[in-house]
Amino acid sequence: MIKTIRPLTLAVSLALLSVAAQAETVKIAFIDPLSGPFAPVGQNQLKSFQTIAELANKQKWAGEHTFEVVGFDNKGSPQESLTQLKAIIDQGYRYITQGNGSGVGLALLDAVNKHNDRNPGKEIIYLNYAAIDPDMTNSKCSFWHFRFDANSDMKMEALTTYMAADKDIKSVYIIGQNYAFGHAVSRAAKEYLKRKRPDIKIAGDDLHPIAQVKDFSPYVAKIKASGADTVITGNWGADLALLIRAAKDADLKANFYTYYAVTTGVPTAMGAAGADRVKIVGNWLINGDIAAGKDIVEGYKKKYNDDYYTAQTHSSIGMVAQAIKQTKTTDPVKVAFAMEGAKFQSLNGGVMMNKVDHQLQQSLYIGTWSKVDGKAVKYDQENTGYGWKMDKKIDAYYATQPTSCQMKRPGA
Amino acid sequence: MEFTLFTLLNGVSYGLLLFMLSSGLTLIFSMMGVLNFAHASFYMLGAYMAYTISSVLGFWPALVLAPIVVGLIGALVERYGLRPLHKYGHIPELLFTFGMSYLIVELVQLIWGRAAVPYPIPKELDGPLFTLFSTSFPIYRGFMMLVALSMLASIYLVLTRTRVGLVIQAALTHPDAVEALGHNVPRIFMWVFGGGCALAGLAGVIGGNAFVTEPGMAATVGSIIFVVVVVGGMGSLAGAFVASILIGVLQTFAVALDYSLMTMFNGLGANITEATPGYELLKLTISQSAAILPFLLLVLILIFRPKGLMGTRE
Repeated sequence: MIKTIRPLTLAVSLALLSVAAQAETVKIAFIDPLSGPFAPVGQNQLKSFQTIAELANKQKWAGEHTFEVVGFDNKGSPQESLTQLKAIIDQGYRYITQGNGSGVGLALLDAVNKHNDRNPGKEIIYLNYAAIDPDMTNSKCSFWHFRFDANSDMKMEALTTYMAADKDIKSVYIIGQNYAFGHAVSRAAKEYLKRKRPDIKIAGDDLHPIAQVKDFSPYVAKIKASGADTVITGNWGADLALLIRAAKDADLKANFYTYYAVTTGVPTAMGAAGADRVKIVGNWLINGDIAAGKDIVEGYKKKYNDDYYTAQTHSSIGMVAQAIKQTKTTDPVKVAFAMEGAKFQSLNGGVMMNKVDHQLQQSLYIGTWSKVDGKAVKYDQENTGYGWKMDKKIDAYYATQPTSCQMKRPGA
Repeated sequence: MEFTLFTLLNGVSYGLLLFMLSSGLTLIFSMMGVLNFAHASFYMLGAYMAYTISSVLGFWPALVLAPIVVGLIGALVERYGLRPLHKYGHIPELLFTFGMSYLIVELVQLIWGRAAVPYPIPKELDGPLFTLFSTSFPIYRGFMMLVALSMLASIYLVLTRTRVGLVIQAALTHPDAVEALGHNVPRIFMWVFGGGCALAGLAGVIGGNAFVTEPGMAATVGSIIFVVVVVGGMGSLAGAFVASILIGVLQTFAVALDYSLMTMFNGLGANITEATPGYELLKLTISQSAAILPFLLLVLILIFRPKGLMGTRE
């Protein structure tokens, strides 16, 4: 009896061993500011990625394979990011993710392209979760780059469609950070408003140095003097928090249409002063889709006493996991091919990775900063008692933009 | 009218904060001839101290305690760091403070972390002070101006009307004679250095919650206070005051001016379009270059009036 069992156990344990040997840890390097003025946002998003990775491992999104997300501080600088990228490559990472700042994004994109050209077999995939300069999926598009946030033109398309219906808007002031993304917002805002509502006057168009201005009161005085009733801004992090705080101090009555008022620090700066006046366009709002994100948001709050707001962390890890499961390998090249055109059920509904330019197609949300009422606004942010009320969910096709991408694929 | 008035108010209040920052620097320089590169770091220390103290005791005790703590740290730095170096001349002293500034940033990051800390404006100072036309002026800015002006008054009174002030002034020009009269000149230097750092600390307490308290805050003001000191004239308190207000107002008003070289040339009849060479440079507006204007002023002052507006030294 014993004699027959022994080979059997051996066979079973060998089989188990081979499964265990196949299970790999997919390490993702998170390259974003973890120190300096934009650190609070970076820290929050790193924790968001780690939360989703934990969830993916627990629910076996990628079968036996597991995820690990490790933070690398780029201090918000492209130069620093490239130095970190070298270290990351040396440590054997095959997946990187970055989001805060298109300047950094473009530098990484270029470096990843070069690395992959020169090191076949050691390719790296760049999962872009928030750098939204349209160029990255147009003239500079790359097979190695996947964008999980809607690009700035898509967001502006959604935002201006929503604004066009509001007849109270007569005069708009555009203010942004002086770099690629700030320029993109300003250009798109002017272009789309002209197309949709030619009667709206552009009262002003201002750019300020990124992460340098501490005192926004002169800008607010200027906005006030221009008589604008609406402000459009692509500012994020401290630049948005300080702008809104200065507007509150000077009692500026204009409505703010923002991209990033959801990011860490801004809700606290707005508080009651922003109520019903600050609006946001984004790819997800928890109060719009409570069922999908409830557990994640509540778990995150409990663990970190902070807010989970970056749904792209869910779609990016989710889609990589799905591709790994499908191809039964963690090889970035095969995963990249499998992600092209893939569909996925994320927190904001069904999403699809466009094959032609690697731009994720997803619904967009418009929300207003409102007092928590338990119904339309269930979850607040940063314990302010205010949260985002969903005004409108705009279907993906609405915001779809034509692309000029001529993608080169490996082996083609 | 409304715009001009508020821009002026904003400029003056920003200028007064700059003065709070640079007064300590210029005081130390006039007394000891030490250009304290770590001065902005003491400003940052003041903000972080105030954050820690105010989370336990509240804002008002922090307003008093934080500058004292920073001043004591400054005095210790002088006693055990700068004094032994004094005999080797100014360059080692300068390098020492330069190194200090990096050390303090790292220290702050070790203790308080790399991210910004939540250091809010106290409830009683949050809100509008007055509303003119339709713009309101926040109480906190008024408070900032009040503190800066009372600081200016008290420094002036201490230096000119008290015994200590007279001894300090005498030690500035005739240290040997003062020593011969039985005063401990090195100790006076120590307290002046500590006092200068305390002033920077006070500016930190006020500036920290008006803006953001984070490890990068020293670097953002570090360069501008040198501009103030150079433009005002090395070691001149009155010069620092005039220069602070000048730079504050200059920077604030510049933001409002949307004129560029292109508007000027086109106004003169030239026709500049995107095809013109150097278009990118020509279309740069004054408001976009507001941040570099103080440095332009610095260069111009150094070329045309190296001793500064009210300075006495070359």
